[in-house]
Amino acid sequence: MRTIQQTVALRLRQDKWFSAFGIACTSIGVITLCALLGNLVIDGIDRLEWGFIESYASRHAAKAGILAALVGSLLVMLVTAAVAVPLGIAAGVYLEEYAAKNRFTAIIEVNIANLAGVPSVIYGLMALGVFVYAFGFGHSILTAGLTLAALILPIVIVATREALRTIPRSIREASYALGATKWETVWHHLLPYSTGGIATGIIIGLSRAIGETAPLVTIGALAFIMFLPDPPLTGEFPFVSFDWLDSDFTVMPIQMFNWVSRPDPAFLANAAATGVVLIGITLSMNAVAIFVRYRMRRRFKW
Amino acid sequence: MLTDRGAALVLCAAALSSIAITVGIVAVLVIESSAFFGHVSVVTFLTDTVWTPLFADPRFGILPLVTGTLVTTLIALAVAMPIGTIVAIYLSEFAPHWLREVLKPVLELLSAVPTVVYGYFALLTVTPLLQAIIPELPTFNMLGAGIVMGIMIIPYVSSLSEDAMRAVPALLREGSYAMGGNKLLTALKVVYPAALSGIGSSYVLGISRAVGETMIVAIAAGMQPNLTWNPTEPAATITAFIVAVSQGDLPHGSIGYQSIFAAGLVLFVLTLAFNIAGYRLRKRFREVY
Repeated sequence: MRTIQQTVALRLRQDKWFSAFGIACTSIGVITLCALLGNLVIDGIDRLEWGFIESYASRHAAKAGILAALVGSLLVMLVTAAVAVPLGIAAGVYLEEYAAKNRFTAIIEVNIANLAGVPSVIYGLMALGVFVYAFGFGHSILTAGLTLAALILPIVIVATREALRTIPRSIREASYALGATKWETVWHHLLPYSTGGIATGIIIGLSRAIGETAPLVTIGALAFIMFLPDPPLTGEFPFVSFDWLDSDFTVMPIQMFNWVSRPDPAFLANAAATGVVLIGITLSMNAVAIFVRYRMRRRFKW
Repeated sequence: MLTDRGAALVLCAAALSSIAITVGIVAVLVIESSAFFGHVSVVTFLTDTVWTPLFADPRFGILPLVTGTLVTTLIALAVAMPIGTIVAIYLSEFAPHWLREVLKPVLELLSAVPTVVYGYFALLTVTPLLQAIIPELPTFNMLGAGIVMGIMIIPYVSSLSEDAMRAVPALLREGSYAMGGNKLLTALKVVYPAALSGIGSSYVLGISRAVGETMIVAIAAGMQPNLTWNPTEPAATITAFIVAVSQGDLPHGSIGYQSIFAAGLVLFVLTLAFNIAGYRLRKRFREVY
C-alpha cells in the first residue's frame, strides 16, 4: 500500500514528465522549421547574389536567375490584392453589419466556411475552366491574379468579420445617436477602428497566395520566361498601362518547382536559392502580421 | 458619397461573389466530368485498377490515385494527430502564459511555409535521412512526403484543439483538482473528453488538408499512379496527378483534359465531406457551454 505522500510525489512527477514531453513535441515543429531554413540556405548560398535576382531563366544552371519569376510574383499579387481586398472587406462588412439573420445569410456563411477548406488545386481547375477558356483570359497574369484572389477571399472575409466583431455596440449606437446613417457609421467609425485586424488578415492571405504553386500550374503558367511584362507605369499619357495583365508569366514557386523536378542536380542549388527568397518573403510578411496584431491589441481598449 | 441603400446593395453583391466562386467550381467540375463520363463508365472509373489516361491505350481506374491519397494522408495523420494533440494539451494546460504567447506564433509559421518548399525539404532532406534507416527506399516515396505533410498539419490540429480545451470551464478542472487529480490526470480524463468534439473537428480538418495537399506529394512521392498500400513505394495522389498532367500542354476538350476534372471532382467531394463533418463537430462544441 502506497502512502499518501508517495502518491502525491508520484503525481507531481507525472506532471513534470509530461511537461518535458510536451516541450519535446512542441520543439519538433520548431526544429523542423530551423532544419528546413538551414538546409535551404546551405544548399542555395552559392547562388544567392545580385546576379541571381537580375537574370532570366537559362539552360545553364549557373547563369539562371529569377528576375521574371520575381516580377511575375509581384504583378500577380498586385491583381490579387486589387480584387480580394475590396471584395473581401465589402463581403465581411455586409455579413457582419447588414445581413439579416436568415436562411440566405446562413447559406453564405456555410459557403465561405467550405470555400476555406477547398484544396487550392481545385481553384486551379475552376480557373482553367472559367477564366482561361470560358472568359478567354488565357494563361495570363490576370487569370493568375483572379485565381489567387478567389483562393484568399475567405481569409480576408473572416479577418474583416472578426475585426468588426471586437468593436462594441456602444460605438455604433453613439454614431447613430448623432444622426449618422449605417454606411456613414461603417465608413467613418467601424472600418477605421478595425484597420489593424483587417490588415493582418490581408497580409496573411497575400503571404499564402505568394507561395501557392498548384493552382497556377493547373492554369498553365510557364516556367521558362525570358522577358518582362510591359511595365504598368509608362512615360507617356495616360501614364498607366494594362497590357501587362494579358502577358505570359511565371512566379517564384513555379520556378522553384520546375528546378526541383529537373534531373540535373545543378539546378537544385537554384531551387534552394529561390526557396530562400520565397520563404524570406512569406516569413517576413507573417512577422509583419504578428507585429500589427500585437500593436493593434495595445491601441484600442474598449 | 454613397447613399445608404446603394452601399447596402454593393456590399451584398460582394458577399454574393463567394457564392459565385462555389458555383464556378461546381459547374466546371460537373460539366467537364460529365463529358468525361460520356466516354468512361462510372463503374470502370471506380473499379478498374489502372490509371493511364494519356497512354495510347488509356485505362481510367481511379483506385491507384485513391490509394496513393489514402496512404499519404494516413502517414500524415499518424504524425500530426498524436503530436498535435500533445502540443495542444501542453499549451493549454501546462505551459506558462508567456511561453504560450511565444510558441503559438512560431508554430503557426509552420503553416506559413510555402508547400513547394516543404516538397523540396521532403525530397532532399527527409528522404535521405530515411534512406539511412531503410537503405532500399527509393528517391520518390510516400513515406517521406507523408511525414513532412504531417509536420505541416501539426499547427492546424494543435491550434483548434487548444481552443477547444481552453473553452472547457475552469470549474471542471477545479472539481478534478479537489478530488486529488494532478494536471495530467485532469487534462486526460476531464479536459480532453470535455473538448472531444472540438478536438475531433481539428482531426477532421487535418484530414481534409492532407487529402488536398498537392505540392509536397507531387515533388516527393513521385507522379506515377501505383496501386499499392506500401508507404515505401512511389505513387501519385489525386492532386499530384492533376499537377503532373497540367504541366504538359493538354488540348482543351481531349479526354486527358477531362480526366483531371473527373479526378478533381472526386477530390472535391472527399474534402467537402470532411469539411462538413468538421464544421458540424465544431459547431457542437461551441454550443455545449
